[in-house]
Amino acid sequence: MKSNNWLLILLIVILMIAPLFVAQGAEFGGADGEAEVAITEIQPDYTPWFAPVFEPPSGEIESALFAAQAAAGAAFIAYFFGYKQGQRRRPQS
Amino acid sequence: MHIMEGFLPPLWVALWFAVAIPFWVIGFVQIRRLVAERPETRLLLGLAGAYAFVLSALKMPSVTGSCSHPTGTGLGAILFGPFVMSVLGAIVLLFQALLLAHGGLTTLGANTVSMAIVGPLVAWAIWRSLRGRLPEDGVIFLAATLADLLTYVTTSVQLALAYPDPVGGFMASFIKFGTIFAVTQIPLALSEGLLTVLIFRGLRTNAAAELKTLGVQGA
Repeated sequence: MKSNNWLLILLIVILMIAPLFVAQGAEFGGADGEAEVAITEIQPDYTPWFAPVFEPPSGEIESALFAAQAAAGAAFIAYFFGYKQGQRRRPQS
Repeated sequence: MHIMEGFLPPLWVALWFAVAIPFWVIGFVQIRRLVAERPETRLLLGLAGAYAFVLSALKMPSVTGSCSHPTGTGLGAILFGPFVMSVLGAIVLLFQALLLAHGGLTTLGANTVSMAIVGPLVAWAIWRSLRGRLPEDGVIFLAATLADLLTYVTTSVQLALAYPDPVGGFMASFIKFGTIFAVTQIPLALSEGLLTVLIFRGLRTNAAAELKTLGVQGA
């Protein structure tokens, strides 16, 4: 079972790295942005009728916020498993 | 799968909110009841939200040469059902709409329907119908993978409905958006399926009591 876990992790890593080789030289932009371009191709005169309430002032700040989001989630997951494992291994009485 | 702020015409904004709101209401009631009656599941509820929070922040490259992110909603749907997940997923979407300019307030209903309703419904239906018939890890893999993938298929349908191609109509648009979203998503969905299997194994070892309380373990 244990070795099987590592196999799954290896598979995930391969799935994440393989695209870099399969689509060599591609831009790797966001799919959301590509959809926006596709919308303007279908309806060139479409103008968004509502603007985001706040936009990260730069790409750096945006990636900081994304990192914060991932870190907050990961922190909770680590807390959960640490807490549960400690609870399970605590000697009775 | 984020439809950008302001990029859905008002009629579609209203329609998708109309679909999402009943799910939010039922989900909210279910969460309140769950927390009141089974307070020991609170941490696990947090875990389901945290998992969606992490996964939807990770933008990963795909074979199409663009980047997208997994959704992380399959796990929570298996544990708590699609209604609870519609609330947890909406919280993630709201965070990204307000702080990251990803998705938006006007498109929150539509994005909730794809990521936090259709995805979880798919995962929950697969879990409910196949559990006990196939090895459990296999069912979890299928549920999480297809929840992720069908979220992006749903986004493609939503955009194709709002923006049918002037010549080819709905189908031409659906193929266009489907290529951008759904095809890109395939390797990411597989990754999410594998990761969810790993997390679930951790839960079986470390949170067996909670899984039993929720009726997820012991079949």
